[in-house]
Amino acid sequence: MVLCFMLSDRVAAPPVIALRAIEKWYGTRDRPVHALSATDLDVGAGELLVLLGPSGCGKTTLLRMIGGLIAPTSGHLSIVGRSLWARGERQSDALADLGMVFQDANLFPWLSIEDNISLPLELKGMSATARRTKAHDLMKLVGISGFEKRWPRELSGGMRQRAAIARALSYDPKILLMDEPFGALDAMTRDAMNLELQRLFLTTEKSIVLVTHSIAEAVFLADRIVLLSPRPGRIDQIITVPFARPRTLELQATAEFQSIVLGLRQRLTEIS
Amino acid sequence: MAEAPSDAAFTGRPAPQRRSWLAGREATIPWITTPLLLAVLVAIWHSYVRVSGISPFILPGPGAVLSDWIDLIQSRRAWFHAGMTVYATLVGFFWAALIGVVLGVLIARIRWLELTLNPFIVATQVIPKVALVPLFVVWFGFGITSKVIVAGVLAFFPILTNTVLGVKSIDEGHRDVMTALNASRWQIFRRLELPSALPYILTGFEVGIVLAIIGAVVGEYLGGNQGLGHLLIQSMNGFETSQMFAVLIQMSLIGFAFYFSIGLLKRLLIPWHATGGA
Ligand SMILES: Nc1ncnc2c1ncn2[C@@H]1O[C@H](COP(=O)(O)OP(=O)(O)O)[C@@H](O)[C@H]1O
Ligand SMILES: [Mg+2]
Repeated sequence: MVLCFMLSDRVAAPPVIALRAIEKWYGTRDRPVHALSATDLDVGAGELLVLLGPSGCGKTTLLRMIGGLIAPTSGHLSIVGRSLWARGERQSDALADLGMVFQDANLFPWLSIEDNISLPLELKGMSATARRTKAHDLMKLVGISGFEKRWPRELSGGMRQRAAIARALSYDPKILLMDEPFGALDAMTRDAMNLELQRLFLTTEKSIVLVTHSIAEAVFLADRIVLLSPRPGRIDQIITVPFARPRTLELQATAEFQSIVLGLRQRLTEIS
Repeated sequence: MAEAPSDAAFTGRPAPQRRSWLAGREATIPWITTPLLLAVLVAIWHSYVRVSGISPFILPGPGAVLSDWIDLIQSRRAWFHAGMTVYATLVGFFWAALIGVVLGVLIARIRWLELTLNPFIVATQVIPKVALVPLFVVWFGFGITSKVIVAGVLAFFPILTNTVLGVKSIDEGHRDVMTALNASRWQIFRRLELPSALPYILTGFEVGIVLAIIGAVVGEYLGGNQGLGHLLIQSMNGFETSQMFAVLIQMSLIGFAFYFSIGLLKRLLIPWHATGGA
């Protein structure tokens, strides 16, 4: 009976990302770096989870492991129920559900914006006409229509990052992984991008894991905030953010928002 | 809701600090100054020859050189020699480019190959390769083959080293994109490594083509009876100094033509790159 109940509960809301005792060591045998100690974490379907913490606490390491860019030293990691690693080999079926956005847009300078966005589709063998249609839709979605034929260097930082998001969305992954995606942008562009991301999140029904070291950005965007502490990296606490969506920039001026920010700031100073 | 795209953000160019008279004319000025400077130099040359009464065997006047050059471009024999030089240059360059790029890509990607070959590459960089020309003549004779080989050997090294540098300087962030997209080795090569390294490779070509001409001409100096290098030596032996100048002009023009062809190739292949123009 109990087992039956648990099973149906898991079927109702299975996590899209599940980490079990994921641990990461860098470096050589004589000078090892313990980047992340054994970590358990679930990310729910349609959840926006933010990884927050001082620099060096392993946020990037954690996200890159989820994205399949680096292998965990030990532990088990599954994406939408499929193991990401099996016998030391990365599993491509699990990767198909992941889209990555980095701090730098990492657009290829020799491809037009349109071709950059449809690069994943090209790699998957989609025809040129289908790619073009898809790229146009994506550019509309992220708000950069009209820049199809431009070179990346002709766009501003914010627009380049929009293109990078469109590229990650092009093959319609269930999960978007973002490592300080707006960290290199100025404050005003950053606010605009946060609103934009929320809009995308609400319209596309993705699950998002976003890394930031900005407390306000974390509280503004997150359903849950995972606070990481350094040396070695580990989860310090997980905070549920109660605000309804769509959230507006004015939310940041409210007392409740401020008190969450303040609490996080105090805790961050303690653990840094 | 989209941030207002300012002009500066679009062109990626900072606003000029101070408006100088040069602003906006940078492209046109050389078109005026270069012929002007050339005319001044020729005028100085002409007056010096006139005033000093220097022997035409040592320094002929510009008029004599010009008429010899006109003779040269009207002579079928001279075009045959020019053709041989161009042929040796192009064939040598072709092999240098092919082997240089392929080997460069392999060296940049295969660590043990790099460790094995690097000492030899450094050593051969240091050897003055022109000094090997007599050896090539001994091995490959006085015919066109030895010229092709000298041209190729000279062009090879800048192409090789630039290719290695190009493949090695691929942005790690770009690599992450391809890795996250689960790209195959071939896709990574074709879609990332090759286009990334292309500006470096073309710069190697630019240096290489000029060295290939030098190689061909030096090869012709030392042996055989074909090519502009041979024609130059022949003029020297006949004390036809103004004809020597005419041959030199011809060589330079060929050099320019090759160099600008690579420039054109850059515009075509890497229009996105700062040096690619457009
Ligand atoms: N490739 C690497 N080799 C060795 N140590 C690394 C490497 N990448 C990260 N580290 C170390 O692991 C720790 C966590 O790094 P990182 O995940 O980049 O943190 P964050 O993104 O939170 O700033 C740091 O101490 C960092 O120095
Ligand atoms: Mg980081």
